[in-house]
Amino acid sequence: MAVLARASAGEIEARLADGPELPPHVRLRGPETGMVMVRGRAGGSGAPFNLGEMTVTRCAVRLESGTIGHAYVAGTDVKQAELAAVLDAALQDGGRQAGLQQAVIAPLAALQAARRADEAAKAAATSVEFFTMATMRGG
Amino acid sequence: MAYVAVKGGERAIDNAHAWLADARRGDPDLPALTLAQIEQQLGRAVDRVMAEGALHDRRLAALALMQAQGDVTEAAFLLRAYRTTLPRFAAGEPLDTAAMHLRRRVSAIYKDLPGGQMLGPTTDYTHRLLDFALPTASPAPAARRTGEPKPMPRIGDILGAEGLMEPDAADPGSSGDLTREPLAFPAARDVRLQALARADEGFLLGLGYSTQRGYGNTHPFVGEIRVGETAVEIIPPELGFPISIGDITLTECQMVTQFRGSKTTPPQFTRGYGLAFGHSERRAMAMSLLDRSLRAAELGEDVVAPAQDVEFVLSHCDSIEATGFVEHLKLPHYVDFQSELETIRRMRADAMRGALTEAEAAE
Repeated sequence: MAVLARASAGEIEARLADGPELPPHVRLRGPETGMVMVRGRAGGSGAPFNLGEMTVTRCAVRLESGTIGHAYVAGTDVKQAELAAVLDAALQDGGRQAGLQQAVIAPLAALQAARRADEAAKAAATSVEFFTMATMRGG
Repeated sequence: MAYVAVKGGERAIDNAHAWLADARRGDPDLPALTLAQIEQQLGRAVDRVMAEGALHDRRLAALALMQAQGDVTEAAFLLRAYRTTLPRFAAGEPLDTAAMHLRRRVSAIYKDLPGGQMLGPTTDYTHRLLDFALPTASPAPAARRTGEPKPMPRIGDILGAEGLMEPDAADPGSSGDLTREPLAFPAARDVRLQALARADEGFLLGLGYSTQRGYGNTHPFVGEIRVGETAVEIIPPELGFPISIGDITLTECQMVTQFRGSKTTPPQFTRGYGLAFGHSERRAMAMSLLDRSLRAAELGEDVVAPAQDVEFVLSHCDSIEATGFVEHLKLPHYVDFQSELETIRRMRADAMRGALTEAEAAE
């Protein structure tokens, strides 16, 4: 779910194009856009407070087998939410799980990990050592 | 009378709107902006609109900026209005900023704090010289990359371990929500933080600045500024377990201030806290200054300055409320003004008659 929430509809579709076919589904709810209230903590670890809302799109679907899939994804992309819900349901099916995991989830997860590592490497390149005058004198 | 004016104005208003659309587009020979361009290349404006609009959505904030011709307050107003059309699905689990994937982390109080300092994509050390080559520059040089950052605990957790820092207050169990209940006084810290988080950045900055210039008794240090991506989690009732719905960029500021102590509390450092959507250091810093100054009464300090006055700050910090009340003055007030006119004329006539009577009496 975390991986699909961070993948665009286009990225998911691109992986599905080379992967196993998704089973047919019916929509139980949505896809529909609403909000989540984002909460921080005073001081970082104290009492929660309401920071502000963010858009989120959710969808619930049912496969012919009766399996139900859910998705909540940040933003307003209804296509992403529906694909994520269908995949959530299909991934609960033992017969499909391994194939979808390998064709869709694993490559998307790898892509996201690579992006994160790239950001981290850029951040690390700006690591800095500040020296005070006293330290410089003390050698 | 006012209704006649409104009816008569209909065609003029339509024409004004048509011209506005024209003016917004500008010279049609120039390519139109795209939302992606605004989102990517005017990111700090997008961040500010999301913060003051109190709704995190980069694409919608970019649209609001486009529609408002870059007017940040108007764009925040559009976003704030749009959010009233959306249902709320859930409240997020409180963010874990200690687990933030950091782009930037600096401290002004410890040069070698655990994990070190990372400047990130900062303007702090630029010379603020206009870069005339920028509009025609070929693709920007790629950012350099080396290894990966070390774990970076939050400053509060480091100083707190020595007992020199006040601990964060315990969770009272529920927090106020300005989107559901109107502001009321006294306002607890959770409500104050929500109000400051969506407040006008200029107002926060000016009042934060006032605390540094002696209007309020603080001597603040930046304990830590963190900028990075944090996961938002919710627990949907139909699932019953936490799921991650995506990452948002946040800026967090811990402002550290000395506190002399009281009968019950030993001398220690106290903190002001700032948290903002996006990469918004000025906002997070000013917010943390005000969070601290608004704690004056709680910490037994004299409340003598505007920045320490909870009612003054919270009642005037919201850019949408403020612009609504200031800008409504330009709408028709014909009836109000007519009655003022009549009152003034009557008062002048009375005064004139009084003066005449006095003059006659003097004779």
